[in-house]
Amino acid sequence: MKKLAIGKIYLIFVFILLYLPIFYLIVYSFNSGQSMNGWAGFTFNHYHELFSDARMIEIVLNTLIVAVLSSLISTIIGTIGAYWIYQTKNKKIANRILSLNSVLLVSPDVIIGASFLILFTVVGMQLGFLSVLLSHVAFSIPIVVLMVLPKLKEMPKTIIEASDDLGATGYQTLSNIILPYIQPGILAGFFMALTYSLDDFAVTFFVTGNGFSTMAVEIYSRARRGTSLEINALSAIMFLVSLFLVLIYYFISNPKKGGKK
Amino acid sequence: MKKSSLTYYISYILWLLLFVILPLVLLLLQALTNQQGNFTLDNFLNYLSSGTYLRMTLNSIFYAFLITLITLIISYPMAYFLTQLKNHQFWMLLVILPTWINLLLKAYAFIGLLSQNGTINSTLSFFGIVPYQLLFTNESFLLVSSYIEIPFMILPIYNSLIEIDSNLIQASQDLGANTWQTIKNVIFPLSLNGVRTGIQVVFIPSLSLFMITRLIGGNRVITLGTAIEEHFLTTQNWHMGSTIGVVLVIAMLVTTYFTREGNKKGRKK
Repeated sequence: MKKLAIGKIYLIFVFILLYLPIFYLIVYSFNSGQSMNGWAGFTFNHYHELFSDARMIEIVLNTLIVAVLSSLISTIIGTIGAYWIYQTKNKKIANRILSLNSVLLVSPDVIIGASFLILFTVVGMQLGFLSVLLSHVAFSIPIVVLMVLPKLKEMPKTIIEASDDLGATGYQTLSNIILPYIQPGILAGFFMALTYSLDDFAVTFFVTGNGFSTMAVEIYSRARRGTSLEINALSAIMFLVSLFLVLIYYFISNPKKGGKK
Repeated sequence: MKKSSLTYYISYILWLLLFVILPLVLLLLQALTNQQGNFTLDNFLNYLSSGTYLRMTLNSIFYAFLITLITLIISYPMAYFLTQLKNHQFWMLLVILPTWINLLLKAYAFIGLLSQNGTINSTLSFFGIVPYQLLFTNESFLLVSSYIEIPFMILPIYNSLIEIDSNLIQASQDLGANTWQTIKNVIFPLSLNGVRTGIQVVFIPSLSLFMITRLIGGNRVITLGTAIEEHFLTTQNWHMGSTIGVVLVIAMLVTTYFTREGNKKGRKK
């Protein structure tokens, strides 16, 4: 009993530590003063400021467009890749592909950013929206593969054989049997890709060029010039969005357990 | 559905070739050439003979080691106590939630907390303590980096602890081991794979952090990541930047080698 009490105190302590900076940001977004120092009263001014900041709105929209597009594309390519690995009969080759797949997952993001910058420069591509989008697609594909592959592997072979026996074409088996079966994995992959994209700073920072900016890059350049409570308002909104996404992800990945069988 | 035809998989294969293999080859090529495009080992010789580069590398490794150690010390008990809770999956979600919030926003919060007339200093001066320089110090860099990495350390350790067969723990208790002995001789050895993964996923990013060194560390701590960023985007010396990049990749491979999974069977997928 006593041990558990110590454990609970420790848990509470670390949770406070984890959330303190986040709630600190959110609380001060309502401060009528001009800095994160000294509470002057409650106001929504910084939210008005944020919503009338056309540049910031545009950047937030950019960020969301890149996130949604890159997750959609990487989910498609990642699912195809997972299916390829699943179909590869030679275990050794399958494992090789899988290790290559993981290279971008374990690489430090500066390496990904720097090497992509070299790549885009070598092929003569202008830095901007397209280079950012391609980079986000590229670093999100491996996580989609890792989310989809286990679903494919746990799929009973018998249902595919049954489908073949009943005269389904390859395409029919794929769209009516396999895709519905692995759908939770695909959705989980999509959400992971979405977070990867929304969370990325370093890779984007390397390949963004001058004309195009995402939220993280913009916050970085603003934070170097000093703090403004407009950023706090933005982070409060981002926190709510993250919370919302986490809840969706949670309900997708944990469908009601112990339902009727 | 004949698996022999690779055309179905062309998008994925193109990705492997263009975005996995090619960039690494290009990075290596940059490191092995000079401004004129001739093959040379000069960049590496330059790196190895320069005290600045070597000192920077050691410094970066040292700080990554400290960050990993701090997060491990905080995270292991956290992961252990979490597994003791009833709704541990829900609580685990709360641990992961902060990682969904953009890194930059978290760093930004600390700028507010630590700055010269920021919240911590105001609180201190309220108690009559002279304001300290908190931001732009090595300690602030360690604090913020550890803060950011903690969830990534807790997750794998938690996963390995959850997988431990509860019969083993019961057996240990039945055989008269006290809680501490059970933790030391049964639980900890069985959770080593999680610890290894945790070290891997914290140590490698810690070597390459670059925005925190600027925003929080005030450029006092130069990590390998900062050096690469500077060579690529400020001084435009891509050849030297790539050389440091290759060093970082080697550091990463060494880390992965030492923290690879022990050959223990029975890991559920």
